Amino acid sequence: MTDAFEAEGLVKRFGKTTALAGVDLSARAGTVFGLLGPNGAGKTTAVRILATLLRPDGGRASVAGYDVVRDAHRVRQLIGLTGQYASVDEGLTGLNNLIMIGRLLGLPREQARARAAELLARFELSDAGGRPAKTYSGGMRRRLDLAASLVGRPQVLFLDEPTTGLDPNSRSETWAMIRGLVAEGVTVLLTTQYLEEADLLAHDIAVIDHGKVIATGTPDQLKTRTGGQVLEVSPDDRARLGEVAGILMSVTGSAADTDLQTGRVTIPVTGPAVLPEIVRRLDAAGIPLAEFALRKTSLDEVFLALTGHRAEHEDMRNADGRAAAAGAQTPAGDAVPAGAARDREGSRR
Amino acid sequence: MTAIAASPGRPGMTAPARRLSLLAGTRNTLTLTWRSLLKIRTNMEDLVGLSLQPIMFLVLFTFVFGGAIAGNTHAYLQYALPGLLVQSVLFATLGTGLMLNSDITGGVFDRFRSLPIARWAPLAGAILGDMVRYMVSVAVMLGFGMILGFRILTSPLAATAACAIVLGFALAMCWISALIGLLARTAQGVQLFGFTAMFPLVFASNLLVPTETMPGWLQAFVNVNPISDLATAARGLMIGGPVGTAAWKSALWAVGIVVVFAPLAVRVYRRKT
Repeated sequence: MTDAFEAEGLVKRFGKTTALAGVDLSARAGTVFGLLGPNGAGKTTAVRILATLLRPDGGRASVAGYDVVRDAHRVRQLIGLTGQYASVDEGLTGLNNLIMIGRLLGLPREQARARAAELLARFELSDAGGRPAKTYSGGMRRRLDLAASLVGRPQVLFLDEPTTGLDPNSRSETWAMIRGLVAEGVTVLLTTQYLEEADLLAHDIAVIDHGKVIATGTPDQLKTRTGGQVLEVSPDDRARLGEVAGILMSVTGSAADTDLQTGRVTIPVTGPAVLPEIVRRLDAAGIPLAEFALRKTSLDEVFLALTGHRAEHEDMRNADGRAAAAGAQTPAGDAVPAGAARDREGSRR
Repeated sequence: MTAIAASPGRPGMTAPARRLSLLAGTRNTLTLTWRSLLKIRTNMEDLVGLSLQPIMFLVLFTFVFGGAIAGNTHAYLQYALPGLLVQSVLFATLGTGLMLNSDITGGVFDRFRSLPIARWAPLAGAILGDMVRYMVSVAVMLGFGMILGFRILTSPLAATAACAIVLGFALAMCWISALIGLLARTAQGVQLFGFTAMFPLVFASNLLVPTETMPGWLQAFVNVNPISDLATAARGLMIGGPVGTAAWKSALWAVGIVVVFAPLAVRVYRRKT
């Protein structure tokens, strides 16, 4: 079977900045491919090349077997694109935005209108369909943008950070929508800074940083690859967190992460062999436990291990993505704020 | 090789076409013209700009300058209206650049560029839509001018030709405006650059005043300024007077501007990242 899209050795420079330094990607048809990385990693640049908006300086890319440069017109007939910035015409009503796209794709007037109404209903915008898009809330605009990219029933859908800046409710609605499309056979390229999102939705993931793919695999493969498992222990009495951490570190020889807010100590463990020893020591010290759990490494921890820095995680917690969105408001996508994002990373460490 | 089993595909389409026909491109353009015109309805400022501004210019110039320049307001109205027609349409061409610029910064152009439509359609659609705006603007000014007492002294046919030549020139200027809109980073940039280029062209001309009292160096510029030719031609076709060379010269200028700036704008647009 042909890959839904693939890229080989993609290189793109903007002036002196190298946005992509040889990126290989490929996605099986009918799956969600997650492109994961911090701000400025090159995600948007890769998507824009695949969506025929940018020409690569090196390497090649194709969608459904068609080259994105030589056969751009064909590729455009197969894809849908929703960028980081809702690209709807603010002066037009939601309905007319969608009718316009339908007409541009060659649908007769009646069909374009019917398709627009259908999509408005699907995205719960029917009531707002007659209002200019500039009166829409951020979440509504995103939904309209998503609807606009679906008018032509694309085979391959590029979603560039579709949930950045959305509230948790809209975010899970978007996830459900993506799952629905994949069930219909659409291939989705999803870029995200949210590890949780990639973990939940993607069949395959490529982790990208500084314009290079630094790891690929299924979410499970990635988690196993970087060290296996994590033990989480919460004492009944939070005052004894320090004691617990001490015991865990002395048994495993690794550094423990103590979270005072949740009252939990987290530590990586290499195998189950150490568990009985830990339990014995905790018991001997007379520390009653509220929680004792062994789990796989989260993608978050994987990312930290792979890149040496955390993903844009604090932004996510602090302002529910709004801070992350604000940090990326340059239309040039993530090529420009790269330095800024990394500087912030640097100061955080 | 496109046979991805589960793909729903586009309705009624088997394999994607390699190229787009000229007819399809024209259809794209008309859809985008429709889009541009829809905005007039939803955007009140646009409507005000199109109708109120010509009326304001007409009233101000006629009653403020009229007596001083031509002795009485009616005589000045006869002289100035064709010039004001040129002025208001020329200033309106800045709208093309502004709209393109907001399309680019707002991401709408990214959407267009990811669609299988003619690459030139968004530009052509925007400009065609603007032509309709200019027609509205010309009609408003001419109509209101008539109420104030302006009279066409030639023939309806000649007056129509005057409007056509002004609109044709505006069509050419649109491409310059489009280029500015594509190159500027912000809407303010478009306005600043556009007005700076437009003001000397519009005011250093015989648009609103006869040139005899201007200093020689300025007269030299005024005489080569294509806007002067355009105003002379429009005036001649509406109230009588010399037309011939001025009309040809402004038509040539219009063609020249299109030949240079249309490919340039399309090129910049295509390479826009």
